[in-house]
Amino acid sequence: MSTTTAMETHTGTAEHHELSFIRKYIFSTDHKMIAKQFLFGGLMFLALGGALAVMIRWQLGFPGRPLPMPLRILFPDTMAPGGIILPEFYNSLVTMHATFMVFFALMPLMAGVFGNLLIPLQIGAEDMAFPRINMASFWIMPVAGFIMLASFFVEGGAAGAGWTSYAPLSTSGEWTGVYMGQILWLVSLIVLGFSSILGALNYVTTVINMRAPGMTWFRIPLATWSIFITAWLLLLAIPILTGGLLLLLFDQTIGTAFFRPEGSGEPLLWQHIFWFFGHPEVYILILPAMGFVSEVIACRSRKPIFGYHSMVVAMVSIGFLGWVVWGHHMFQSGMNPLLGMTFVVTTVVIAVPSAIKTFNWMGTLWRGNIHFDTPLLHAVAFVALFIIGGLSGIFMASAPVDIYIHDTYFIVAHLHYVLVGGSLFGIFAGITFWYPKMFGRMMNEGLGKVHFALSFLFYNMAFFPMHNLGVQGMMRRIYDPNQYEFLQGLQPLNTFISISIFLFVSTQMIFAFNFLWSLREGKVAGNNPWKSNTLLWTTPSPPPHGNFPEMPTVYRGPYEYSHPDREEDYWPQDEPPATTGSGGETVTTPTPELVPGG
Amino acid sequence: MSDAAVTTMDRKPMPGMMVYNKKLGMWVFLLSEVMFFTSLIGTYVILRFAHPDHWTDPGVVLNVPLTAVNTFLLICSSVTMVKAFASIQQGNQKGLQMWLLATILIGATFVGVQAIEYNALLGEGFGPVLDLYHAVGRGNPHEGPSLGGPLYGATFYAMTGFHGAHVTIGVFCLIFVYIRSLQGAYTQDSLEGVEVIGLYWHFVDLVWILLFTIVYLI
Repeated sequence: MSTTTAMETHTGTAEHHELSFIRKYIFSTDHKMIAKQFLFGGLMFLALGGALAVMIRWQLGFPGRPLPMPLRILFPDTMAPGGIILPEFYNSLVTMHATFMVFFALMPLMAGVFGNLLIPLQIGAEDMAFPRINMASFWIMPVAGFIMLASFFVEGGAAGAGWTSYAPLSTSGEWTGVYMGQILWLVSLIVLGFSSILGALNYVTTVINMRAPGMTWFRIPLATWSIFITAWLLLLAIPILTGGLLLLLFDQTIGTAFFRPEGSGEPLLWQHIFWFFGHPEVYILILPAMGFVSEVIACRSRKPIFGYHSMVVAMVSIGFLGWVVWGHHMFQSGMNPLLGMTFVVTTVVIAVPSAIKTFNWMGTLWRGNIHFDTPLLHAVAFVALFIIGGLSGIFMASAPVDIYIHDTYFIVAHLHYVLVGGSLFGIFAGITFWYPKMFGRMMNEGLGKVHFALSFLFYNMAFFPMHNLGVQGMMRRIYDPNQYEFLQGLQPLNTFISISIFLFVSTQMIFAFNFLWSLREGKVAGNNPWKSNTLLWTTPSPPPHGNFPEMPTVYRGPYEYSHPDREEDYWPQDEPPATTGSGGETVTTPTPELVPGG
Repeated sequence: MSDAAVTTMDRKPMPGMMVYNKKLGMWVFLLSEVMFFTSLIGTYVILRFAHPDHWTDPGVVLNVPLTAVNTFLLICSSVTMVKAFASIQQGNQKGLQMWLLATILIGATFVGVQAIEYNALLGEGFGPVLDLYHAVGRGNPHEGPSLGGPLYGATFYAMTGFHGAHVTIGVFCLIFVYIRSLQGAYTQDSLEGVEVIGLYWHFVDLVWILLFTIVYLI
């Protein structure tokens, strides 16, 4: 399918006549417009996922109490009769919350938005390698999202087998009461997979082939590096999921028995396929945030990033190790303990590159000239929360401990520390940092700081106590913990967590307001409001179609901040090095990298 | 910042991979295809090791001679694809069109033979569905004990079916390239489309050689 599109893509230099409204804003092939489309789409799904989280926490915080008034009338009797959430509907809520957040919010917000925005601008290309494939990659997402949303309205409701859709629970509606919803879930994710693959092959090709002269591999900014590695993971992991989803779809629809034990199928095989995709997916969701944070911390500390090469090597090794650790999700599945031990070792090894990155961020901040603006605050919060999430990860990586905490709220705490504390704060750092480039205006600093402070506070109030719930034995997907006597004492803590979540979600209104208000009323940004070095900031804000007035030439790495020989504390990558000639005149010397083959 | 300045932008990118974008993009796409077939073949390997009783000896249920001929045809189509590309490299438009047409016809024949094969197998009760599986083997009258098990049928149709879908898509892409070649879209200096579809075609061929071996011969 993509071959025909590949052949039709236009040939490098873009045509620059006036575009119609539809070509410019809807079916645009401009990578910056596609980034904005992904941004608005992703933020809408993020809001939807947040709304589902509120419903989940209403049930857990106030079990058996009807939903508050505006929500009560929204749901029919098949979901929440009299405003009381049914257990079946609760299963759908949990499943769809995770599905929307992982596949429709975080992935588009990271790879979709910033892959599109940053790659061409940071490497000095005028657009992506395949602009039309890029457009297709975006437009597949709303189609898949529509299918997923539709599943709420079919008989039996939306999928309820968890976002992991473990077989045999997911193979037949007999077990969950969900027939059509589960099928739509599978179809939607199969469709969405094409979006990821088309995006990823575009990113990989663009980074390899479209760099400006002088942009050697180790002059590429870390954000682009992180998305490049993520693109490889997407490219190789998503097809595995697609294959598994197709087989599961056959089990449900035509009656094959790949994963159905009644036909000698292997339910465990589904777990292997899912997590063989699923663990690289975890790094798909965190690596880009690591890249954004590296960029923000170096720029706002006015210091070269500490250990640039080790940062790259750490990300590459995380990308490789991510393929050999999937079994740590399956310690409880009856796996041979010797194999389990292997997975323990490979998983714990990932702590090494993660720690390298963490120490490098701290080394960058150390004695830096730190500017405490919103992007930096979010970036530092990312580092702090990623440490907590990373440390709780080691508990699960160790099989003997995992057997105790498996499928409890400890897991919920851990994954929200890495995916909200990590990924989402990373996304906030990215949005606040690159917003001026995207829209030409600054976001409001005051509102930004208020949003940050409240988010950080409520976030920790909500998710840190979940560790406690988990250790005390509260199950991960339980509908009403009060049905067990030993969990009844946790109700006050659950109520506290729910209220904290409501506050956390409400706080995001500040962000939404700031985002929309600054579109029109924000301070005009200028080309380089953060005084940053990457090529991206040499373009006007927002950059025109084609990005650079002429091909930029790159002379140095992206993190030459506070160079001792310079008055300015930054040194753009494309500024020619000035040397004093014999007559005292300033001459510029070409760099050896410009010589072909050099 | 005039728009005219942008169009004169002279792209001399870094000497990265010395291939043009479309070719690199196709390579990268084929890597993801490798992973897709890996998930199907991996499923087959695990299920077969777990349930060897679901499989029969080669040739009992599946028609190996017919598929061997079909495999030979598909390999031939790779040769004709190479000839098509070689023709346009020498600027031979007629050769390009002829060899493309040959590739299309052989590819379509492959899919057609596969359809005939499916039809015969389903008639003999060798299907993918758990409840309907009752394979009686080749040439048998339509009764007798069931041979193998439903996992055999399910993995067979999954692997060969998705491969067949890839061949079908390839044939449609080739038809597109063929129509473009009739319009004279490809020249000695501009043959990217032919080369890129060729890569895809050879990949599909290669996958089939693997599938033929593990599905029919082992």
